[in-house]
This record gives sequence, C-alpha cells and structure tokens, in this order.
Amino acid sequence: MRTTVAALIRKDLQLELRAFESVPAMLMFSVSTFVLFHFGLDRGSLAGDLAAGVLWVTLLLSAVLGMNRLFLAEREQGGFDGFLLAPVDRTALFVAKAIVLFCFLAAVELVAVPAFVVLLLEPGPGQALPELLAVLLLADAGIAVVGTLVGALGVQTRARDLIVPLMALPLLVPVVIAAAEASAPLFEAGGAEPFPGRWLLVLALYDAVFALLAYAVFDFLLEE
Amino acid sequence: MATTATADSAPAVALEGVGRAYGERVALRDITFTLPGGATVAVFGANGAGKTTLLRILAGLLRPHAGRANVLGAVLPREAYRTRGRVGLLGHEPMLYRDLTVRENLRFHARLHGVDRERADELVEQVGLAARADDTVRTLSRGMTQRAAICRAVLHAPELLLLDEPLANLDPGGAAAVAPLIGAGTGPARVLISHDAEQGLAEADWVLGLRAGRQAIWGRAADVQLGEVRGLYA
Repeated sequence: MRTTVAALIRKDLQLELRAFESVPAMLMFSVSTFVLFHFGLDRGSLAGDLAAGVLWVTLLLSAVLGMNRLFLAEREQGGFDGFLLAPVDRTALFVAKAIVLFCFLAAVELVAVPAFVVLLLEPGPGQALPELLAVLLLADAGIAVVGTLVGALGVQTRARDLIVPLMALPLLVPVVIAAAEASAPLFEAGGAEPFPGRWLLVLALYDAVFALLAYAVFDFLLEE
Repeated sequence: MATTATADSAPAVALEGVGRAYGERVALRDITFTLPGGATVAVFGANGAGKTTLLRILAGLLRPHAGRANVLGAVLPREAYRTRGRVGLLGHEPMLYRDLTVRENLRFHARLHGVDRERADELVEQVGLAARADDTVRTLSRGMTQRAAICRAVLHAPELLLLDEPLANLDPGGAAAVAPLIGAGTGPARVLISHDAEQGLAEADWVLGLRAGRQAIWGRAADVQLGEVRGLYA
C-alpha cells in the first residue's frame, strides 16, 4: 500500500505543480478574505476570540476550494477507472488524497498565516508559535480527513460545488470550535495566555474518529 | 437469440442473462455468451446499443443488475477484486492525466500495477511515441493520445483486453505500430467494439450484435454474414 500511496501523492503533486489549480486559488481566497476583514471590521487589529474566529473560518472556507478540486482529475480524466482496474488497496486513494490535501493546506498556511498576522493581529504572538503550529497541524489533519471523504462523495454528483461545502462545513464545525478555542489565548493582546491543551486533545480525538470512519467507508464511496 | 457457444478452453468471459439499467432506462438486457480464453469477440451495434455498458461490466466498473457474469473465473461483482490487474480497458476516454507527460502517466500506471518502469519506456518506443514521451498529454494529437492510451491498457500484460474502437484516430502507421500490442493473436482474450463490420469480422472469432440493449446476433465470425452486421445499423 505504501508504494501505491507514494505513487498517488507524487502524481497529485506533479499535477498541482504543473497546473496550479488548487493551492493558488486557496491562497488567494485566504489572503483576500483577510484583506476584506482588515477593511471591513475597521479596526487596527484583532485579538483573542475574534482573531481566532477570523483565522479559522477563513482557512476552513479556503480548504473547501481544495476539497472541491481534490478528485476532479480522477473524475474528468478517467483516474478513478484507471485506479479501480489496478490490483491495489482502494484505501490507498483515501490516504494519498488526505495527505495531499494536508500538504495543500500547509502550503497555503505558510503564506496565509503570516498575512493574517501582518494584516489583522496585534503584535506579540510570536512566542506562541509552537502552540499555534500544533493547533494548525491537528486542525489541518481533521480538515484533510473529512475533506477527502466529502470530496470523494461530492465529485460523484453534478452539484459538486454545492454538495461539498454543504456536507463539509457542518462536519467541520467541531474543528473550528476546537481550533479557535485553542488558538484564541495565543492571540490575546499583551502576550500569550495559558494554552488550553485540552482543545488539542479534542482535535486529536476528532482526527482519530473521522480517520477511522473514513477508512471504513471509503471503499464504498468508490463503488458505482 | 441468446445462444451460448461451447468453450474451447477455460472461458475468459461467461455471461448468462446479464442486464443493466440506468434508472428507468434499460441499457442491456439478457446478454448470454461464452468467450473462450484467447479468443476475440467483435461487438457491433449502433450508438446507444449497450456496447460501452457491456465493456464496463466486464471491466468490473459497473454492476450487472440481472443475470450472472463471470470474468476470468471471477463472479462479478462479488469477486471483482480477482480481476483487477488482469483486465486491460481501452475506452472512449484515454484514462491519462492531461497535465502529465506520456512517460509520467505510464510510469504512474506501472507503479499501480507493480510493473517495471522500463516496460513503460519500451511500450512508448514500440508505438512510435518516444519523441513525444516527455510532452504532456494535453499537447498530443488524438492519434498520439490513442497510442499512449493503448500503452496504458496493455502495460500490465492483461489476460483480457476490452477495446472500444481501438483504431479510432489512428493513421495507418499508428494502426500498424499498435497491432502487435492489441491485434489478433497477441495472447489475451479480446472484446472488441467496432463499427467497421468488415474489419471486425476479419479480426474476430465470435460476433456479438446488440440492438437497443438486446442480443441480436451471436455466433462464430465465419458463420455471420456481413449483411447481418450491417443490419444492426439500419
């Protein structure tokens, strides 16, 4: 299975590097939204809950763009058929796509989070970077797992652009709550507040539950 | 009309009363035939007669809604996993990623099938695509894309080849180049969809004619008249 996952990841990264279809769109959306919040909220800077909410809602909505396109090449260019004809574990496709979506999210956040800090945040949360990285890592894993599951479902339908957000957003509400709760103290004005580690546990639990669920049902999603 | 031929060897395909519907529309009804291993059946029929549906059922990509389907000894759809990696499908779509090069596409499929990457390079040479192997599929002509798709379909040396108009878009040079890979007598059993009645009859051991999803002709190619096949398109 490892070889198959590696082959699928390599193929998807090659396609993205050549066509630039997902990451640039996700990045442009995130940065544009931060700019809109910067002017729309008419504040010099944000802090605490509000800052965390803006960050996570924006990242989640940009992730939906990636989910929408995650299986598009498989659907439109015969990739599903090619994969289904091969003597490989079908779960490899789920694992590979989740890793690819995670990589896309990480790539977007490399630029979007600094843009968020510059455009919207009060100066000073730099010392909280390790904690913020931990929240990003766990939240991205949850978004990637659920996004892959929903992307695979949505791509089979004609109303993909509608179905994917309609299914993904409610499922990802716990991720937004936990990630926002975990990162809000990091964005408090005047320095980092005590870090609520229990929200990291909630994120980790969410990731584990949905990873197992997706692992169990993904095979059936590939059936006609 | 459903007549079952006697198999000369272990059958590559054995269908009995197979049917398939898309919602209310019945695409295939009561298809019954047996194709011996290594033999070729030419499938004829007008557009919408059910040829592609039949091919996708045999590939394990569609479930039959009625009847019994056995492909390479595996009962479909329950044992479809047993046919994976043993069937080569060349459909309407080339199943190649447009933004990958020919070589990248074939090496990707080689990895999925556990085939050496050298095999992909050999095939590219064999079909005369070496000069364009590092160009993206998006930039290829239809004929060249078809050659690449044929390489993809035979990469893993399948035991059953499902070919939907394999020579479409190929010039005579291209057709000659791919003949050793998908032509008659190359080894695997073949299900060959064709609209060229003469060519199809010449290549096939058996003939299946479909009319509106029903089996209108089944018999040895030598016993089927050209007029009968042409009648399917009338």
